[in-house]
Amino acid sequence: METKAVSRDLLEEITSMPGGDAVKRCIQCGTCTASCPNAGSMDHTPSELIAMARAGMRQEVLSSKAPWYCLSCYMCTVRCPKGVRQTDVMHIIAFLAVRDGKVPATSLTPTMYRLFNHYCSMGSLPEMWFMARFYMQTNPLRAWRLMPVAVNLLRRGRLGIKTRKLTPAAAGQLRSILAEAKSLGGGN
Amino acid sequence: MRQYTYFPGCSCSSEGGARAYNWSIGAVSRVIEAELTELEDWNCCGSTPSGAVDELGAFCLAARDLAIAEKTGRDMVTPCSACYVIFNRTNAYLKEYPNLKKDVDRALAAGGLNYKGTVRVRHVLDVITTDFGYDAIKAKVQKGLNGLKVAPYYGCQVVRPGFGFDDRESPQSLERLISALGGDPVPFPLKTRCCGGSLIISEEDLALDLSHKLLESASVNGAECLITVCPLCQTNLDAYQGRVNKKFRTNFNMPILFFTQLVGFAFGVDGKALGLHTNVVPPVKTLNHASADKAGMVNGSDIWTR
Repeated sequence: METKAVSRDLLEEITSMPGGDAVKRCIQCGTCTASCPNAGSMDHTPSELIAMARAGMRQEVLSSKAPWYCLSCYMCTVRCPKGVRQTDVMHIIAFLAVRDGKVPATSLTPTMYRLFNHYCSMGSLPEMWFMARFYMQTNPLRAWRLMPVAVNLLRRGRLGIKTRKLTPAAAGQLRSILAEAKSLGGGN
Repeated sequence: MRQYTYFPGCSCSSEGGARAYNWSIGAVSRVIEAELTELEDWNCCGSTPSGAVDELGAFCLAARDLAIAEKTGRDMVTPCSACYVIFNRTNAYLKEYPNLKKDVDRALAAGGLNYKGTVRVRHVLDVITTDFGYDAIKAKVQKGLNGLKVAPYYGCQVVRPGFGFDDRESPQSLERLISALGGDPVPFPLKTRCCGGSLIISEEDLALDLSHKLLESASVNGAECLITVCPLCQTNLDAYQGRVNKKFRTNFNMPILFFTQLVGFAFGVDGKALGLHTNVVPPVKTLNHASADKAGMVNGSDIWTR
């Protein structure tokens, strides 16, 4: 029995999402790759990812580390001569990878993004608790190495224990909105 | 007095790590007489991470804020480049993709809200330089910067993907602002390149490389300090400057200011009110040095006029 997510064509899925529609116009000129500050560290460059998606390499595209190295600096998007929104394409691939459970274990960015979204959906990002929880979940040893950064911020009053909270009414409203979004097919 | 709805975003809220940005915006807006009213019960815009995890949910996060802002009938201004992009992108995509709009409308309705799509979202830099203008800024300068060499750092999202404010790769508004304040904007070829963004948390090595390039470029071009328009850029370049120094065996000691801290200083606002004590690399000496020269000049001319 085939599952719906796997049987769908990756290229069609990308083009059906906001910002992904122009991907078929890509002429493989490589301008996005040449403009990307992190292309050198990616397992597949941005233009390669598009070529792979068009070749139907679903598994390889979704498990690539590249979308998780995207900085969202939008340099590729503004320079593309064919109007491909490459930054959006990277986000879409990341989203599909999360949805299909294909995120690469070698990047910590998916964990960071999930945690970030968890706090956002409650209304506000408490920076200190977000960072602390991220390092506890991933690599407590690294947290230790970053102590000088944290101490500097604490000493200057920039890391507060106090967190911003929405009023109960607003928090409830946000919950209702996100629950409805989820019932419409959103959420992960 | 011009009135705006103000969206600080998490980092620039009074509990956030960039609270000094918030304070300095408050101080500057009082001088130029802009009235900023904080959006009631706003939620996080979702930034980039939410969109990559929950696409529809992320649009709904932003749409809730926009719907509440729409009731005020004013432009919504934000100091955060990420919030600026998210809201403008949401506005643009709700118009461009009717199916998305339908889903977002239904979700908002579950919270008793609706959004017609009329809110204009602006960045603080845009409002200060466009609505008030360089001459008005110049007229408010009390202390001046006496040729202080400043690197104008835009970062990415205030100019890209581009929502009609300044050039996407070669913007000029910060340079003109620095000149209006009496400072000297240094040539800074990397002014719209990325600082590493939130990858400083998950892929620190990649992000430190990018921050290192920026600090090096600013430094070799003679900058005595660097100004930013984004809370994350400020944190990366300021709080992680020690990490850059450690990794690259460099010796940077470059003050990194929110651009409104520099504006406020030139206006003669007290350093404490601008949160200058919260910057990790202390900026006060550099700033005082610049204005001390100027003060000497002013005193000198006083003697002549007496």
